[in-house]
Formats: sequence, structure tokens, C-alpha cells
Amino acid sequence: MKFKYLTKIKGDVPMSIPQEKKLEMLRSMLRIRYFDEYADELVTEGEVHGEVHQYIGQEAVAVGVCAVLSKDDAITSNHRGHGHLIAKGGSINKMFAELGGRATGYCKGKGGSMHITSLDLGIYGTNGMVGQGVPIAAGVGFAFQYEGKNNVAVTFFGDGAANEGSVHEAMNMAAIWNLPVIFVCENNQYGLTLPVKESVKVEDIADRAQGYGMPGVVVDGMDVLAVHDAVSEAVERARNNGGPTFIEAKTYRYYGHFGSEALIVQDPYRTQEEIDSYREKDPIKRLKDQLLEEGVAEETLNSIEKEVETEIKNGIAFMKESDFPSEEEAYEDAYALTHKTLPVKGWV
Amino acid sequence: MAKKRFLEAISLAVREEMEKDEKVFVMGLDIRKGIMGITKGVLEDFGEKRVIDTPLSELGFTGLGVGAAMAGLRPVIEYQINTLHYLGMEQLVNQAAKLRYMTGGQVNIPLTVIVAGAGGGGGMAAQHSDNTYAQLVHLGMKVVVPSTPYDAKGLIKQAIREDDPVVVFDPARINTLRGEVPEEEYYIPLGVGDVKKEGTDVTIVAIGHLVRESLRVAKELEKEGISAEVVDPRTLFPLDKEIILNSVKKTGRLVVVDDGYRFCSFASEVASIVAEEGFEYLKAPIKRVTRAQVPAPYSKILENELIPKQENILASVRSITSIVAKG
Repeated sequence: MKFKYLTKIKGDVPMSIPQEKKLEMLRSMLRIRYFDEYADELVTEGEVHGEVHQYIGQEAVAVGVCAVLSKDDAITSNHRGHGHLIAKGGSINKMFAELGGRATGYCKGKGGSMHITSLDLGIYGTNGMVGQGVPIAAGVGFAFQYEGKNNVAVTFFGDGAANEGSVHEAMNMAAIWNLPVIFVCENNQYGLTLPVKESVKVEDIADRAQGYGMPGVVVDGMDVLAVHDAVSEAVERARNNGGPTFIEAKTYRYYGHFGSEALIVQDPYRTQEEIDSYREKDPIKRLKDQLLEEGVAEETLNSIEKEVETEIKNGIAFMKESDFPSEEEAYEDAYALTHKTLPVKGWV
Repeated sequence: MAKKRFLEAISLAVREEMEKDEKVFVMGLDIRKGIMGITKGVLEDFGEKRVIDTPLSELGFTGLGVGAAMAGLRPVIEYQINTLHYLGMEQLVNQAAKLRYMTGGQVNIPLTVIVAGAGGGGGMAAQHSDNTYAQLVHLGMKVVVPSTPYDAKGLIKQAIREDDPVVVFDPARINTLRGEVPEEEYYIPLGVGDVKKEGTDVTIVAIGHLVRESLRVAKELEKEGISAEVVDPRTLFPLDKEIILNSVKKTGRLVVVDDGYRFCSFASEVASIVAEEGFEYLKAPIKRVTRAQVPAPYSKILENELIPKQENILASVRSITSIVAKG
């Protein structure tokens, strides 16, 4: 079978998506944006113990991808995972509670921002280690194939992770075993401070797909509808035993690598002009403009935004009202089958 | 009861669990040809779907195993040789061993890793001769090191059935060791040690192939009128520390025998537990017999020098059995 490598989705005839679905996609992108803006404030206020990697600017990728997936399809994610979680149906309340280290959080306060997981929603984990969610997704895809399920596993990773061995090993295995896995590389142009041009020799990271024998696709990651279309094609192929696809979404993060980056990275590695040039292509504004063009009333869009902001504020209130875990909780959950000598405490 | 070789017992354990549960599959390098002996003939009996030859991608296929386990399968991964776990380390210890805890108990990872060809002494030189279990124990991984065919079968069956990741070391030096293995099915729970020989004067805690060496030493000591008790923890983590403490309570003396490097070894952990929790039982200092803290050399004479042997164990026992506690 000969694959068409490097399909440039942008410029192709767009798929027809019902307006209701587009409105849902808008709502999902807004939830991500508001979540991470408020999360940033929570870090500043000291309500979040640790750091938060904002997804702001990249919303079109998570939402465009997850709009194609069913609840039983799987994703794995990375340190910048809030967008993926929300797009896959994550509860705002339980996410904020996890960020706040509360007992009501997704992981009872043991995982924090970078490790939220919910198997019920097909979220096989965000992951603090760059590139490590990728072979895990290959394993979930393997299990789908093994059990004859018609589901797909999508893994989100960045341009920085694209150079991790784990990603290459997983791509190779997915290709040779024809696994239903979609590799979504969110090329936001920087691996922390390192520009992608200094870490990858080729213009498009998707070129690498050819070396593994899978289709490589480049898509405008600031356009949620384009992402939706590219992923639809890949998911369709994977569901029909056509194997994996590599999709590179060119995108950008408006914030630093994490919220308070400026306190650590004194010398800015991006110009304001560059940041502004991407803000002009803002994925939320683009979808709003399109919906207005289709005749949706501005009032409708405004009320969605208001509802989202209320939901986010309620989520924060839920977090603040929630209890912290008890100290004894620190010794729970490490093992499924426990033992008389466990847990091992640090002093006797 | 039929006698089986150590390697056959491992193979039987894997086969029985595969027969029992469709979700069990095996994966690793060259396993369809059964190159390490464990999966010999398994391809013919279970088919390609459940017997998977991987590319040389230890990190990748360990991670794939983690994902498959999270999704409900029960992968059995074979590492062809001990040190391959260095390549899979991130997925083993930073993912498999931690994800249950990190997710607040949401995910189980029923992943079994069998380290075939563990240990040294085969003239493979430094990069293929480490005993790597102490590192995994340090990071909270469940670790099993069987010393007899009977234990190997029961422990591996349990490891596969366990809902946590477990790493099993197959000490290459005893692959041909023969022992009784009953026909009927049995499981040995993890974290339960076994007294391989009872004694009253000194406790020898040994693991893997050094259990056999210690039993030989115990026989030698009988001639000198010294009664040694040989305790095999079988599982390094969770550790049955009661069996060790109870033995030391009886004998008052402890020698720990471990073919890992000396610093931060499993022997160090056993010694410190007994020093901390069983000090009042001790009539003499605790002794450790371990591998020297240098890489394993190739030349037979050099390699042999560094690895714990009967003569080293004997010398250590003698050095403390001659001590009589004062007061």
C-alpha cells in the first residue's frame, strides 16, 4: 500500500461540520482558555503548589482532535495537558481541585497539574516526562487491536518531545504492527527556550513519518476546523485497520513554558512581534468570526463565553471549598495488592 | 512429583497463565524463537498474536507494555539480558512503578518483566553482568529473585496475576538447576520468604543462585559443628523482614549474601534492617558478602575473583561464629 505522504490539509475543501458542533468546539476552546488564565492567577496567589503549563494559544489542536473522538477512544498527554483534558471531557471542578492539591481532585491531590488521569474518559494520563506518554498510547492502541475493539489512541506531544527516543521507538512499533494510533505533534515552535529550527533539521517534523512508513500530515494548528479534518481522515484510516498517522499541528503558545517563566528566564527568547503575529491568528477569534459569518448572533457567542467564565469560577470555588487530603493519605494507593510490611515509612 | 529444570519451571509458569487468561501475552527480543529458553515453543502453542517479537526498542516496548497494562491486558515482557533494563528504566520506574500512586489509585499496571540471563559469571564482561535488582527495589518496584524451580514457577505465576508491575530476575547460573515441581497448580505470594535450611548458630540470608551456594556452605559448616540457617527472602520487595528477624533472634548472627555491587546493595538493606530492628538479638557484627565495587571483568580468573563464592561465605561465617558475646 502506497501512502500519500505530507498531505497539506490547509487549502483542501473543508468537511461539513454541523453548526451545533462548531458551537461546542468554541465552548471547549473557551473553557481551556479561561481555565488556564485563571490557573495562572491561582499560581500567583499561591493556591497552586507547583507550576502550571498553560495551553493558551494551542486550543484548536486539542479541541479539533477530540471533536473527532468518542468517549471510548483514548488519549495520552503531556505536561501541557489541561487543554487535552478539557477537550476530552475532563471535569473543571476535579481539575481545579487537583491543581489545588485537594482530596476531591482527579488524583486525590497526588498527581497535580501534570499528571491528571481519568480512564473513564479515555484519558490515559497527562505525563510529566517529555515523550513518555507516546509509547503508553501505543500500548493502549495495541490493547484495542488485541481485543478487536474499533477504538483509536491519540497521543499529544510537542516539537521538543519529537526528539525523544521513546517517540521514535513508539512510531516504529505502531507502524510495523499497524496500530490504531495517531501521533499528534503540537509544534509550538519552542522546546522550553530552544527554537525548533535549532532542534530539528527538516522544515516539517511530519517528514519523519515517511521514515517509519506512515502518512505524515501538516496542519494549521491555529485552525480548529482544519485540525478536525486532518484528524478525521487519520481516525477513519486507523478504525479501518489502516494503521497510524503522524499529524504535525503548527501552533504557538502565548504564555511562557510555564506561567511564571519570566521570573526564571531573564532573557526573553521570543519577540513581542512574534507573539503578536500568532495572536492575530487566534483560533478562538477565527472560529467566532466564522460562526458570525454563518449568521450566528453575537449574543449567542457572548452568552457561551459568560457561561464558561461562570463554570470556571465555580470550579475554583469548588476547589477552595474542598478539603485537603489527610496526612495518612500519603501512604495509600502505591500498590494494588498490598503486603503486611507496606507502606514503608521513612523512620522507625 | 516431577523434577524440572529452573528454566522449564519459568516457562511452565508463563504457559499456564497464558492458557488461563487470554489477556496474558509475551513480548520481547527473539522470543518467538525462544532464544533465552523461557518462550521455547510458545509461539507454536499460542500464536503470533500473543507472542510478539519486538524491535530493539527497550524503552519503547516497556512503555507499550505499560499502556497495554493500563488498558487491561497483562503483558509479560522478557528482557533478554539483565542490563537491558537500563534502557527501559524511565518507563519501568518513572511510569510503571509510579502511575498507580500518582493517579490516586485509578490505574493498575499488571505488567510482569522477566529478566532472563540475570547476573554474571558467564564471561560476558561488565556491560552484561550486573545484578540490577537493588536499583529497582530502591525505587519501590516489586522484585522477585527465585532460587529453585519450585519457587520460580509459583512466584512467576503470582507475578503475572498481580495487579502491580513486578520484575522477576532469572539468575542465569541456576538455569539448569533441577528440582521438584508439582503437577498441580500453585501460587507463592510475594513478600513471603522461605527457610531453606534450619539452623541455630548463624543466619545466612541469600538470594538467587547464592542460595544454592549458601546451602553448600551450610553443609560444610555442619562438619565444623556450626549449624547455619539459610533464609531465602524470594521477594526483595516487599520484603518478609519478619522471617529474617525471627531467624536472627534464634541464631544471634547474620551473614547476608548478595551478588549485587556492595554499596546500596540489597545486602545493605537487610543488614540495616537487622541493625535497626534486631540489634538486641545480635551476638556479633553483621557481615555482608557481596560483589566487589568494580565492573565485572571478562577474564575468567578476574571475574571469579569479584563474585561471591562459597569460600567467601564460609570465611564470613567463621569470622563471626568465633565471636562470643561478652556479658
